[in-house]
Amino acid sequence: MEFLVGSVWAAGLAIGIAAFGCGIGQGLGLAGAMSGISRNPEAAGKIQVNMLIGLAMIESLCIYALVVSLILMYAHPALKGAIAAAAGH
Amino acid sequence: MEHPYLLLTSLFGMLGMEEWAAAHPHVTYMWLAMIILIFFGWIAGKSVSMVPKTAQNVFEVLISGLEEFMVTVTGDEGRKSYPLVLTIFLFVLLGNLMGLVPAFFPPTANINTTLALALIAVLWSHVVGVQRHGIKYIKHFLGPVPAMIPLFFPIEVIGHTARVLSLTFRLFGNMAGHELVVGILLGLGGMFLAPLPVMALGAFVALVQAFVFFLLSTMYIAGAIEESH
Repeated sequence: MEFLVGSVWAAGLAIGIAAFGCGIGQGLGLAGAMSGISRNPEAAGKIQVNMLIGLAMIESLCIYALVVSLILMYAHPALKGAIAAAAGH
Repeated sequence: MEHPYLLLTSLFGMLGMEEWAAAHPHVTYMWLAMIILIFFGWIAGKSVSMVPKTAQNVFEVLISGLEEFMVTVTGDEGRKSYPLVLTIFLFVLLGNLMGLVPAFFPPTANINTTLALALIAVLWSHVVGVQRHGIKYIKHFLGPVPAMIPLFFPIEVIGHTARVLSLTFRLFGNMAGHELVVGILLGLGGMFLAPLPVMALGAFVALVQAFVFFLLSTMYIAGAIEESH
């Protein structure tokens, strides 16, 4: 049972912390792009494309954390034994 | 996320392959994506004319636009890698968009598919590097100063291996996460329209992730083409 509680806690914390950092990173990137567009509206198209690519790259860090938390909750190697042990009680 | 109903799985069930198809939905839906791509490629290439019509028009805009983009990144020598990278882009885009259709499973939401794509893209960039530089391609891994080779070589090898890992997990995580969020919202919200905003976001994410995969493979090829310094 402790294993299941621990892995659910870890999954929640992992995605929370990752989303925190990703939010700050994406906000900084977005702020830069917005001030660039407001200074030079003609460059909006080019800035938008690059900004989207950059945001997707930053977001992938958060996605890694999502993958880790999915593994912790659904695909951890020791999960099956822990569930069987918890159900046995 | 287990899908309650998959169209192709029940189609294969009619052929008596229900169990296998249920265990490998990514394979059957990858075949579907391949059939669709080959069919549209055949439609577009069947009647190529100087004045493009309908399907040819769409493909010309897509293909020439992406080719221009790729050549600006890699230079003229990257042009011969373009068919491979474009195929990856179209396949990933179609695979991602399949997730939005009910009773369909996006093949890119399985880690095996994305790992295969990432391995092909990264290995091809090394093939291009070896073709371009021959044995001197090893210099890309050795760093600027001969004395620091023991330090640089492991770092570069790990860096190149991590490319496969990051390409794989980026695409897989995005698509699997999207599937999961749609499923959870449908289960929690209970309303039929509850996951609709997420699906709208998913259409956007599908395009962006396909483009990011395309761009990263292009940049790896560009990195293999350029001279080491």
